Amino acid sequence: MKYLGIETEKVRIGVFDFTGCEGCELQLANKEGTLVSFLDLLEVVNFREISSERGDNYDVALVEGAISRDNEIERLKQIREKAKVLVAIGSCACFGGVNYLKNRFSMENVVNEVYGEHKVETRRVQSIGEVVKVDLEIPGCPVSKEEVERIVVDLVTGADIKFPKYPVCIECRQKLNTCVFDLGKICLGPITRAGCGAVCPSSKVGCLGCRGPAEDANYDSFRQIALDHGFTAPRIEEKLKFFNALGAALQK
Amino acid sequence: MKVDMNINVHHLTRVEGHGDIHIKVKKGELVESRWAVVETPRFFEAMLRGISHDMAPVLTSRICGICSISHTLTSLRAVEKAMRIEVPETARLLRLLAKHGETLQSHILHLLFLAAPDFFGTGSVIPLIKSRPEVVVLALRLKGLGNDICDLIAGRTTHPVSLVVGGVSKAPSREQLETLKETIGERIQDIRAVVGLFQTLSMPDFVRETEFVSLKGSNRYPWIGGELVSTDGVVKAEDDYLAMTNEYKEDFTTSKFAKLSRESFAVGALARFNNNYNFLHEKAKEAARIFGLTPVNHNPFMNNIAQIVECYHVMLESIDIIDRVLEDGCPESICAGYEVKAGEAIGAVEAPRGILYHHYDIDENGIITKADCVIPTTQNNANIHHDLAELVKQQIMLGKSDEDVTRLSEMLVRAYDPCISCSVH
Repeated sequence: MKYLGIETEKVRIGVFDFTGCEGCELQLANKEGTLVSFLDLLEVVNFREISSERGDNYDVALVEGAISRDNEIERLKQIREKAKVLVAIGSCACFGGVNYLKNRFSMENVVNEVYGEHKVETRRVQSIGEVVKVDLEIPGCPVSKEEVERIVVDLVTGADIKFPKYPVCIECRQKLNTCVFDLGKICLGPITRAGCGAVCPSSKVGCLGCRGPAEDANYDSFRQIALDHGFTAPRIEEKLKFFNALGAALQK
Repeated sequence: MKVDMNINVHHLTRVEGHGDIHIKVKKGELVESRWAVVETPRFFEAMLRGISHDMAPVLTSRICGICSISHTLTSLRAVEKAMRIEVPETARLLRLLAKHGETLQSHILHLLFLAAPDFFGTGSVIPLIKSRPEVVVLALRLKGLGNDICDLIAGRTTHPVSLVVGGVSKAPSREQLETLKETIGERIQDIRAVVGLFQTLSMPDFVRETEFVSLKGSNRYPWIGGELVSTDGVVKAEDDYLAMTNEYKEDFTTSKFAKLSRESFAVGALARFNNNYNFLHEKAKEAARIFGLTPVNHNPFMNNIAQIVECYHVMLESIDIIDRVLEDGCPESICAGYEVKAGEAIGAVEAPRGILYHHYDIDENGIITKADCVIPTTQNNANIHHDLAELVKQQIMLGKSDEDVTRLSEMLVRAYDPCISCSVH
């Protein structure tokens, strides 16, 4: 591709997955309209899910999934050594994601529940950033394809990378949606960082905070609003903890 | 004859998740062949404990990045059966439409992005953008259509949002449905082109007699709920899924294995085709005949062709579904109210890769106390494992090279379109 009339050097990219569903990396192949021109920006040297190429000479590593096994720690550290820029993509990579729900129990208990007598190795779930240095986080369950494309283009062209600081509520209002609280459901839109296009409230279901907190999110006042709407404290906490994305809220 | 062989494929590419192939041949005899799933287990069944019933579909959709709509629908079926919730007919139709969108995008992803490079001798679909642009255009347009159906009905393709307990939280407008119907109609020529394309490719000739398990159609090709059937003549109720799956654990793999009347069985497009051929749309049957695909077919590579046949079928049936929804009118919200109550139930749904079961115990507060999920690829893993041994034996007899055997073994596993993360959920 050309940028300002000059042929840009293709960025060598590797896509790697750990504990997760691989849904985020699939988003990369999901935007049919722009996929071909997006791929033109890049040289995909390692992307096991769609390609048999297995190169180690990548500049940018997109890493999906959380960490829950010893051998994943080893593999992640190797990727960190090779990559100039390591990007955590998706809520599992950024925060541990739904996998963190496993951490409510002892590891012995969860292994016993699923595998019975057969012992399977597993660890408490950690985000990518708890194990290695992360240069950039792109949250979402799944990530928004548009956002990943925009950010990868920014990386390639050296532009500033920006995320919205305002909450999902702003995007939701712009769509003239009825407030989900008025539909009788809990919505984490007031405290969650925007950028998803308010996809959940636009379908009349509550936001679950998969993108992490908006700037200056006021959790106390959010909890009060939810209580005032008649939701019980355990129900509110279940939503707040679902993706382990709203760290500060969980400490309180 | 090739005497010794030592093949180790670490983290097979172009499949969802992590699996290894190990083959060892000494003096012309197969010593060992293994399909070993090395995916990290996530323990969803443990995670589900203590979760509210209406969050179970949201949580379990995260089992899979490809078939999240199937997981959501299976979870909803289990919850709604447990609480005896009657879902309105229009909501049922819209859910099936979302399901068809997923089947289309998932099958096309497999056929044209993951499997096709084997037939064109490339490492991925990316070189095909230049060498076979017409194939890539077909892939993008049909996958795009599948995604558009999912986005419109379910709010999103990966991890749907509007499929909720009781029905559908937001219905599409009449105009949106009419436009969608028109687009599907226009894309029928694309699926015909896929049929034409695969006529130019030859599926490897390999047969191992297999038992095929799927939902049993009663008056139409089955996708959501109903009796369970096998080509060996086993018929069981949906609630009797444990007798149909018989999961067990092997030490060399993190995925469980499953069996029924034989040492292993297969689920997926070919299993559905073999059990329910009569319920396919006439035009889909015609497409099958072009490839000489008739029930019961025991060549696992023909699963690719069965997926094409199903793509054709779901596209045509989607048009019928839209017509029925339009006739019924399009209410804004299609969701039954319900009372939370205790219960236990099993949901069975045909995910793109085969039959999927969720089983929940729910307490009087609507909290999940126990959960079991049996995944299509888990059911296929033992069959892949046994196919592999037979395939290698046949290839040794033919005097094939390590390279040929590796390539064909990889293609065999890919033909099952395994969803490995799912299988180790």
